[in-house]
Amino acid sequence: MNNIKLLLVDDEKAFLDTITKRLEKRELNVSAVYSGADALAALEKDKTLEVVILDVKMPGMDGIQTLTEIKKSFPLVEVIMLTGHATVESAIDGMKVGAFDYLMKPCDLDALVKKVEGAASKKREHEAKITEARIKEISERMV
Amino acid sequence: MEESSTERKVFYQILTRKIMVLILVVSFFPMVLTTGILFYRFHLTYTDKIQAHISELVQKHTQNIDTFLLEKLGNIQYLARLYDSTPLTPHGFLQKHMELLKEEYGDVFTDLGLVDEKGIQFAYEGPFKLENANYSTAEWFVKAKGKPFFISDVFVGLRGHPHFIVAVKIKADGSDYILRSTINFGAFNSLVESIQIGKTGVAFIINSKGQLQTKTSGAQELSIPSPVVDPDEYANDGTLFAQEQDSSGKKYLSVTAMFKNIDWIMVFRQDISDAFHDLWKTQLLTLGVFALGCGAILSVAVTLPRNIVRLISSADKKSEVMNKQVVESGKLATIGELAAGIAHEINNPVAIMVEEAGWIEDLLEEEDLKGAANLDEFKRALTQINTQGKRCKEITHKLLSFARKTDSTVNDVQINDAIREIVSLTAQMARYNNVIIEENLNEGIPYIRISPSELQQVILNLLNNAIDAMEKSGGIIKIETKISQLEKNHLVISIEDNGPGIPKDNLNRIFDPFFTTKAVGKGTGLGLSICYGIIQKMGGKIDVHSEVGLGTKFRIWIPFQEGIIEKTEKKNITDLQGE
Repeated sequence: MNNIKLLLVDDEKAFLDTITKRLEKRELNVSAVYSGADALAALEKDKTLEVVILDVKMPGMDGIQTLTEIKKSFPLVEVIMLTGHATVESAIDGMKVGAFDYLMKPCDLDALVKKVEGAASKKREHEAKITEARIKEISERMV
Repeated sequence: MEESSTERKVFYQILTRKIMVLILVVSFFPMVLTTGILFYRFHLTYTDKIQAHISELVQKHTQNIDTFLLEKLGNIQYLARLYDSTPLTPHGFLQKHMELLKEEYGDVFTDLGLVDEKGIQFAYEGPFKLENANYSTAEWFVKAKGKPFFISDVFVGLRGHPHFIVAVKIKADGSDYILRSTINFGAFNSLVESIQIGKTGVAFIINSKGQLQTKTSGAQELSIPSPVVDPDEYANDGTLFAQEQDSSGKKYLSVTAMFKNIDWIMVFRQDISDAFHDLWKTQLLTLGVFALGCGAILSVAVTLPRNIVRLISSADKKSEVMNKQVVESGKLATIGELAAGIAHEINNPVAIMVEEAGWIEDLLEEEDLKGAANLDEFKRALTQINTQGKRCKEITHKLLSFARKTDSTVNDVQINDAIREIVSLTAQMARYNNVIIEENLNEGIPYIRISPSELQQVILNLLNNAIDAMEKSGGIIKIETKISQLEKNHLVISIEDNGPGIPKDNLNRIFDPFFTTKAVGKGTGLGLSICYGIIQKMGGKIDVHSEVGLGTKFRIWIPFQEGIIEKTEKKNITDLQGE
């Protein structure tokens, strides 16, 4: 699966930069922002973003809040939560609000890529279904 | 540790002694005082009462006898007056009046006689042939000659049996006569004999020389007391009390009283033991009760302090344990907070380090270094960084879970079901290590409201530890659940292995964070402290007993609320009905 458009959100710049570089190397189309608000802005600007990797603990808007906003405005965008805690709690909270999956920091890059791919394929499937439904609707209308 | 325990023992001993002394003083002092005062007062009063009683009796009889003698003397004096003017012959006079006396008084007067100045009884009326008897040398005659009247001591005299004489002087025809009458000794004696008190009380009369004037009943030999004739020595009521001892050592109470008309003394004598028999009986009873009281006080003084001190020492021990637990949990809480803070701060740098290492790895693939001699070494180092990073992650994650809640969603949990599930999770691992897990789960344990995943974490941790401990040898783990008998509304889960045990030095520290005996990299030393934190949070407690070579036993107490059983059962029923 190529050219997945990925948005990374984390306040830890050093971590974000490195992981961006590594993911880009794995042929992902990565953009990075450092806060929840920026993430929402980026999503607004670029409608083609497919997957968001979101750190749970951030200053300002935290992960869960951001996730809620994203799901409200861009329901089709898949979100993977990145937690610093072993507490499954925050992950579960995330999943309840609609995250696709969660990962614990520091994470295995391959696992991350796999999850991103899973999320992307789900999103694409979703979109395909929506398109299909639309076509069906239109064709039915035509008949 | 040992020093403080001996110190404490000494303290308890001192405490025991103090309480004992206090009880003894507080109980004995008033008891001895009360009993003593009562005893003494009762003794005084009762002695007074007895003495008053005897004294009254003796006085009354003394008066009676006095009256008797006075009356008889009066009779004779009257006769003497009559004689002066009688027309009868001396013998006729005596005869007539003897008859009258007999009619009036019966046997009291035995005979009458008239004696002239020379001591010759020239007229006589009576049962004996004593006409012309010569009394000139008789003691009574000598004494009677000088006095208007005279009552003699008792003597045997010419007749050969005891009697006494009442003699009155008559002046007639210019010469002195003496009218004498013998008083029946028996009649007189019976007056005295009628004084009888108790078993040993006897009365008798002695004259001023100490000679007996009455017959004493019974064959007992009487030691005759030396008579006290000085009237000043007698009390106001005319009696004198004394205590005497006879030759055989018997103690007597003797009461004496003087007659008014004659130099005789009335003596009443009774064994002290007889006289004070009732008093002594009461005193003995009192002493008995006192002794019983002493016994009771002593036994209380011995047992009570021991029991009190035992209670105190057990309370001390409990509070000591409690203090320890409070300190422990406080320590754990502080360490937990610190650990969580550190873990969180370290987590991000570690993540970055791992990512950077990964990035270098990625770049190595790209660069043309295939031929470089150290490529493998680079790769190995990067893998090592990765591995160690993950280890850091593991530690920080555990630390965080130690401080934070895991899944703390609370549910009603059937503890036995939960344990069966956990045991099945570890079954595989146990089998590899030759460990058998025996379940002894008692039914009827109520539901408890806890977080199932936390409970799981605790039990799993303990089981894993036990299995790890018996890695080499294999063994048996017994897991048991029941309702605690020691703690009300608690259930107790015990997990017991027969592994190598925990050395005493380590036993105090096993709940401390980062304490581990496992090889570096194998354990974080957080498992048990996490368990401890979880159980504390549930409101329960966990303890451990271990003997090196025998095994280790962990026990967990978890409180349950009464009424949960019924509620859950009801819920189940409604659930079923709903279906």
